[in-house]
Amino acid sequence: MIKVTNLNKSFGSLEVLKKIDLEFVPGQITYIVGPNGSGKSTLIKIILGLVKSDSGDVWVGDYMLNGDCHYRDKIGYMPQSASFPENLTVTEVFKMLKDLRNNKDNLDESLIKELNLDKELNKRLGNLSGGTKQKVSAAITFLFNPSILILDEPTAGLDPVSSSILKDKIKKEKENGRTIILTSHILSELEELADNVVFILEGSIKFSGKINHLIEKTSSLNLERAMAALMNGQLI
Amino acid sequence: MNLLFKISSYQLRDVIRSKWIFFYTILLMIISYSLISLTKEPAKILITMLNINLIIVPLISLIFGTIFLYNNKNNIIFLLSQPIKRNVLFLGLYIGLILPIILGFLLGVGIPILFYVKIFSNYAETIFLLLTTGIVLTIIFGGVAFYISISNEDRMKGLGISIIVWLFLSIFYDGLLLIIFQTFADYPLEKISAFLIMFNPIDLTRILVVINFDVSALMGYTGTVFKNFFGGNLGVLISALMLMFWSILPLYLGLRKFKAKDF
Repeated sequence: MIKVTNLNKSFGSLEVLKKIDLEFVPGQITYIVGPNGSGKSTLIKIILGLVKSDSGDVWVGDYMLNGDCHYRDKIGYMPQSASFPENLTVTEVFKMLKDLRNNKDNLDESLIKELNLDKELNKRLGNLSGGTKQKVSAAITFLFNPSILILDEPTAGLDPVSSSILKDKIKKEKENGRTIILTSHILSELEELADNVVFILEGSIKFSGKINHLIEKTSSLNLERAMAALMNGQLI
Repeated sequence: MNLLFKISSYQLRDVIRSKWIFFYTILLMIISYSLISLTKEPAKILITMLNINLIIVPLISLIFGTIFLYNNKNNIIFLLSQPIKRNVLFLGLYIGLILPIILGFLLGVGIPILFYVKIFSNYAETIFLLLTTGIVLTIIFGGVAFYISISNEDRMKGLGISIIVWLFLSIFYDGLLLIIFQTFADYPLEKISAFLIMFNPIDLTRILVVINFDVSALMGYTGTVFKNFFGGNLGVLISALMLMFWSILPLYLGLRKFKAKDF
């Protein structure tokens, strides 16, 4: 479980996040949505400890973030555009992470097979296409059976086949009781996977709850129109 | 400690395979080899090699270091999302970068010398000094490069600053001091000049060599001044201490920025 209370962050005079209160529950998929520059990435980065908040608390499980790093053991993070040392092979990158996490058993290597990464194992990262790098990144995210999954636009660079494999994997991990946070601009994906939606606009949460709730509240026909209504500044 | 070793060994494996390290080694080999085949006077060869290294090694360390961090930005962000402390990651990246550069330097300069080891038989100490200065300069300017790229988001700006720092320290600084001293030649400026030299690691390395070998004429203006002022052992001690200080300071400042940085 992840809990965020009264979180604030500004870069210089620009307020990126204003008084964010949120809770992410195990066994549920929460989508963070909002236009570009709304503060989604900053929120994720604060949870990961990449960005330091100005005020407010973040709890991951029963641990409150204070600059220590061990809690990230529980997190699998798939960044928007993954990048690994260019001159290492895929096998070496997997090995590196196992070494760094000091975790060589209890691994979930199913995605390596399912995403057809077997053939690419001996190639250097620098020689892989963007999509294949993204697949490697996905496989790493699930490798250590993390109880928390944070996926930043995971399907953006993937072909439809890989994208549906990944989505099936996400659903399966949801059944396993993981806490899952996703961002995406693809509404069909959101409709398929999301239990909860958090809508952020200019650093504040405009909506947080179930999808059908959102559609009802904006009195829209469907999710797309509900989103548009929110982006146009309709208050709930 | 264990984690530091793991990170640096994987980074090292990555850097050592890069074609730039290979070009650097080949470049040094060609320079060293052509110097040796031009004259057969070992003292002259070594001093010229040293003078060339004083220019090339800081330049390469600065540029490699700066580009390395910018190119690896997303990789660094990903590693930071793993359970790794920031200072361990920072030092791991640093060690993983400078060890291959040092190795490239040792091979590029060392192999041609080994090839002609007979001419250099009486110059073991000079060769040792030549290799040490190269290593020290890599350590210092690798740290400076890390500091510069962590302080600047924009890669072109970072690279520009690196090149300006190099131009200033390796070329302008010596000339600037020379102009100052010529203009105020009537005043006793030795103390001030000896003090000013400490702010330039390249000059400091130059001085170490000047003091050890009587070759002031070949080593630029500042070297001569420093030698006259400090003379033997005290000069060596002071410049060595200052070089140590320069090895740590930029890296430490970079580490502080890295720990507080929002990625």
